[in-house]
Amino acid sequence: MSKPLRGVIVSHVGVADALVAAVRSIAGIEDALVPVSNEGCDREMLFRNLAAAVGDSSAVLFIDLPGGSCLASAATYAHGKPELAVVTGVNLAMLLDFVFHRDLPPAEAARHAAAAGNRAIRALES
Amino acid sequence: MTIALYRIDDRLVHGQVVIGWGQPLKAGFIVLVDDAVRASPWEQEIYRMGVPAGVELISASVAEAISRLPEWEADPRVGIVVAGDVATLAALTENCHVVKRINVGGVHHRPGRSERLRFVYLSDAEAEQLKQLAARGIEVVAQDVPTAPAVPLAEFT
Repeated sequence: MSKPLRGVIVSHVGVADALVAAVRSIAGIEDALVPVSNEGCDREMLFRNLAAAVGDSSAVLFIDLPGGSCLASAATYAHGKPELAVVTGVNLAMLLDFVFHRDLPPAEAARHAAAAGNRAIRALES
Repeated sequence: MTIALYRIDDRLVHGQVVIGWGQPLKAGFIVLVDDAVRASPWEQEIYRMGVPAGVELISASVAEAISRLPEWEADPRVGIVVAGDVATLAALTENCHVVKRINVGGVHHRPGRSERLRFVYLSDAEAEQLKQLAARGIEVVAQDVPTAPAVPLAEFT
């Protein structure tokens, strides 16, 4: 059986750390997610930190915004690598979905998580 | 209208540029000056994803930017020009007098650079290049977002 997917969260400042802590608190899963912050990084340093976080795993890269330095580094890193997939607009709901679907191929896990994240976004009438 | 912001930022087009500056300036276009990005339509698309609808992202090589600066300066929309390093923006000022103020917005740590401000790391050569720009009458300030104070060149070189 192949290794479960790794989730790498790439975010501004401390968002990724906080999301990892929240998933750990809710799901009790310790080793599925790795945070990467862009704080103090230019594109090259962020690229190196991302490579270290992914290691030799297949992974889904979760990015906070659909643009900017985090996405630019992650998309460049993942370009042409079928063992990696990228999802933008990371939220807690999509991560909670992902940690229970780490046996899927990366692209499918990415789509599954993105759908869960989308379903979590609601504007409620007061 | 004119180019409202000439910025040095090694993250190129990202949140601080698009949201932090672009929104209050009501920018209508952003010029990304970078030879590598200009050569890669795929990378251009990645940067374009972060730009709101209604804001044009123009990718330019250094040579293209030098020749098109007057055109952008005359554009009726508000514009922002972003380059990833001191040398690139300095090149835009050669034989050109339209650049009056340079914003050092984000230059991060690399070997050979030392910390000047929380968001500005410069080598001695880069600091000297900024001083040469100032000596030509260009105001050089460091300011990551508009709500932060603009730090004069003398205070970080």
